[in-house]
Amino acid sequence: MTVTSLGVPRRLLEFALDGEPVCVPEGTTLLDACRAFGKEIPALCQVGTLAPGGACRLCVVEVEGADALVASCCREAEPGMRVRSGSERVRHSRRTVLELLASSVDLSTTPQAMGWIEEYGARPDRFGPGAARSEEAPILDNGLVVRDPGKCLRCGNCVAACGGQGRHTFALAVSGRGAETRVGVEYDAPLTDSACVYCGDCLDVCPTGALSSRTEFDLRVAGTWDEPAQTATTTVCGHCGVGCRLTLHVQDNEIVKVTSPHDGPVTRGHLCIKGRFGHQYIQNRD
Amino acid sequence: MDLHFRDVEPTDDERATVDALLGPPESSWEGAERTEADLRWSSGGHAARSRRDLLLPGLHALADRVGWISEGALAYLCRRLTVAPAEAYGVATSYPLFSVTPRPATVLHVCTDLVCTAAGASALCAGIESRLGGLKALEGLEGGDRVAVRRASCLGLCERAPAALAVKAGDPVRTAVAAPATVETAVLAATAPDSAPQEPPAEAAVPRTGQPAPVLLGRVGVVDPSSVDDYRAHGGCTALRRAFALGPAGVLREIVDSGLVGRGDAAFPTGHDGRAVPVGRVWQAAASRPDQPRHLVCNAHESGPGAFKDRVLMEGDPYALVEAMTIAAYAIGARRGYLYLRGEHPRAARRMRRAVDRARARGLLGDDVLGRGHAFDIEIRRGAGAYVCGEETAVLRSIEGYRAEPCPTPPSPPSPPSPSEKGLFGGPTVVVDVETLVSVLPILTEGPAASASRLVCVSGSVDRPGVHELPYGAALGELLARAGVRPDLRAVLVGGAAGGFVRPDQLDVPVGSGVVIAFDGTVPLPRLLSRVAEFFRAESCGLCVPCRIGTVRQEEALHRLVDPAGPAAADDLALLREVGRAMRDASLCGLGRSAWNAVESGVDRLGVYG
Ligand code: SF4
Ligand code: SF4
Ligand code: SF4
Ligand code: FES
Ligand code: FES
Repeated sequence: MTVTSLGVPRRLLEFALDGEPVCVPEGTTLLDACRAFGKEIPALCQVGTLAPGGACRLCVVEVEGADALVASCCREAEPGMRVRSGSERVRHSRRTVLELLASSVDLSTTPQAMGWIEEYGARPDRFGPGAARSEEAPILDNGLVVRDPGKCLRCGNCVAACGGQGRHTFALAVSGRGAETRVGVEYDAPLTDSACVYCGDCLDVCPTGALSSRTEFDLRVAGTWDEPAQTATTTVCGHCGVGCRLTLHVQDNEIVKVTSPHDGPVTRGHLCIKGRFGHQYIQNRD
Repeated sequence: MDLHFRDVEPTDDERATVDALLGPPESSWEGAERTEADLRWSSGGHAARSRRDLLLPGLHALADRVGWISEGALAYLCRRLTVAPAEAYGVATSYPLFSVTPRPATVLHVCTDLVCTAAGASALCAGIESRLGGLKALEGLEGGDRVAVRRASCLGLCERAPAALAVKAGDPVRTAVAAPATVETAVLAATAPDSAPQEPPAEAAVPRTGQPAPVLLGRVGVVDPSSVDDYRAHGGCTALRRAFALGPAGVLREIVDSGLVGRGDAAFPTGHDGRAVPVGRVWQAAASRPDQPRHLVCNAHESGPGAFKDRVLMEGDPYALVEAMTIAAYAIGARRGYLYLRGEHPRAARRMRRAVDRARARGLLGDDVLGRGHAFDIEIRRGAGAYVCGEETAVLRSIEGYRAEPCPTPPSPPSPPSPSEKGLFGGPTVVVDVETLVSVLPILTEGPAASASRLVCVSGSVDRPGVHELPYGAALGELLARAGVRPDLRAVLVGGAAGGFVRPDQLDVPVGSGVVIAFDGTVPLPRLLSRVAEFFRAESCGLCVPCRIGTVRQEEALHRLVDPAGPAAADDLALLREVGRAMRDASLCGLGRSAWNAVESGVDRLGVYG
């Protein structure tokens, strides 16, 4: 029998969003509140399964009385707050943050990035040709998981998923400081030498495509990765009896990616190497 | 938790260093000989995990002994503490004082920050490097008599700029300070730290300018900083006795009545949207929390250029801080206090450690303070160079053994008065700076009206640099006159790197901050602005985008503007403004939010670029 906790009913609180009074349950983040009322908020680093890390700062909104803008993913709505989700001040920060980010890393595989850059009129090239960028080449040290530091936003989502908020494997960590911050194994060792169990959970929470499966990476290099042409079918993994739900992404009759629905009842998006990557072996065999 | 370790081993020295800190290992999992018992016992478990906060002391122990942190050493430390090596590597590399690549046992940290740059640090550094060779050239070389030269952010010795600090790893670690440094004295400190001349006493940084009689600095230079008895003979412990007589609620009332406000602004822009924090109310709120244990954290990690008053107080009157922390802990009901001080201040650390030990031996700390039934003890934790640890949540993370980064979702509402509900180790926590704590003493001995003075660190182009004690509301011009400002004053930076420049004709304002730096015409102003930008770029923790990348873009633009007549100058100024505004608005913590302040004031108020 499955027992579903209904939880304690949460009280509602009222605050002002762009001048309109709105009501949300206690504990709702400003980001969720904005979205619930149809406000478009660009939010790059926040994924529902992880605690907010506040890294990208694209989701900032203006809260009356606060000196600085606040990251809407990190702040819960409070009664009586006055929030502006798209003021000039907010748009300025979002535009500049997009410029800063796009001038330093490759956002070509970040879904929505191009749309936001256009919407906010960001000009990432304004810092000139001399602007420092992450130029490191993709790390191809194993056959399953590709890490591309040149695309990495340094949000730490992969670290959280691999560590304390997910697998408790702790293969990855954020290291360094300032512009030298990066994500990797201790002493920059290869992934093959780390605690990694190739569950691929980190791929799932990476907002930029800095982490991808080797299959996806190779197809992209070959120029044959074609997301619009892919179909997604959700099924149950047959490798063992746990019953993880798998979403198979198929392109030209081949499975090119496996994900798991984050709201899946059994594993909430987590998989293991067999579910995530087993298809490669199945396909290779025939 | 199953930890995975690569095939690496510590050296005997490294193993012994870790064991000296943590005690001998108890199971083969931790690295001892395999015994029968190990078959029934598997991992470090909860006891070890709850010692996570010993990670930073462990890293320090290794750095002190060997000079850098090798993979084998880190893995051994991780086994002992049940911390994943990737995480520990992340922690070690978040501190600029630690190296995870081999380097010589001796490192000479040469300050190239603002005050030292104005005092000729560039030439000094070049001279030293040509004598000793730069860190780059020596990378990968371990041990021996070689010296690595490291260009550092402010060492907190600004009243004696330019400054250099030599640290020679070994058993025990040796340190020597050269300040004001010449190529000769700095090289001597690095090559023979034991025979380098002694530093001047703490009171050398407290210019005696007569009236009015100092209160907070009253004992510096008067009392023997090594003696409890002398401290008592100079009025020490009177405040503590009064506190016990008043009871915790009474102490809190006196502090509320005094209107004491937090003064952490010298070191780090306060997180509370710049509003003054009413100390008494915050403490009252903490004292009223039902959950235990509560913690007191004294953040003595002031580390922006121009800030050094914590160091002077700790070196000159260490028992005052012990007493003040005891009173604060009594008032809020905390049994443990952490004193978090700078890794670059070995003398302050030594003196505080001695003071804590002696106070404990004399019953001023421990299970029964002064026989009054109050239990309190102080643990000293050394930071390792990250300016961001001046931030209230970053210092807690650092003490707990995590990366030197602020918390993106601080547990307390951002408006004062509110201590962290879930602060250190998840308990209610009060974080307070040294000056605020020490100000509690005269409030208790003289009454609530006594808290009317503040400390200001004055450095740069003055004849009497040092910590000045001023009545509230004293004018900037008056302070500079007291400090003996030299002719040819070009600009005054109030509030350090996070503050703003004012012109020499604008000195008729109250001193609003604990850091004042005077600049003459020796170093061109554009060069100073670039150095401010370099500071923020170097000290950004890297957590959030606007600060991590914005500080890089700001520095790049200022380097281009060194030739302000260039055709793109107007574009660069516009770019600086836009990036600056986004850093101020969108950054996660006070570091990024203030990274544009000084540059903006340089552009607007000093008209540096015309
Ligand atoms: S694949 Fe799994 S174990 Fe490996 S780094 Fe990613 S989350 Fe960690
Ligand atoms: S690899 Fe992806 S998830 Fe990990 S820090 Fe970089 S952008 Fe974030
Ligand atoms: S503002 Fe700078 S120092 Fe603060 S969290 Fe962001 S990157 Fe780190
Ligand atoms: S989505 Fe809120 S900071 Fe990135
Ligand atoms: S010691 Fe050099 S600026 Fe402070």
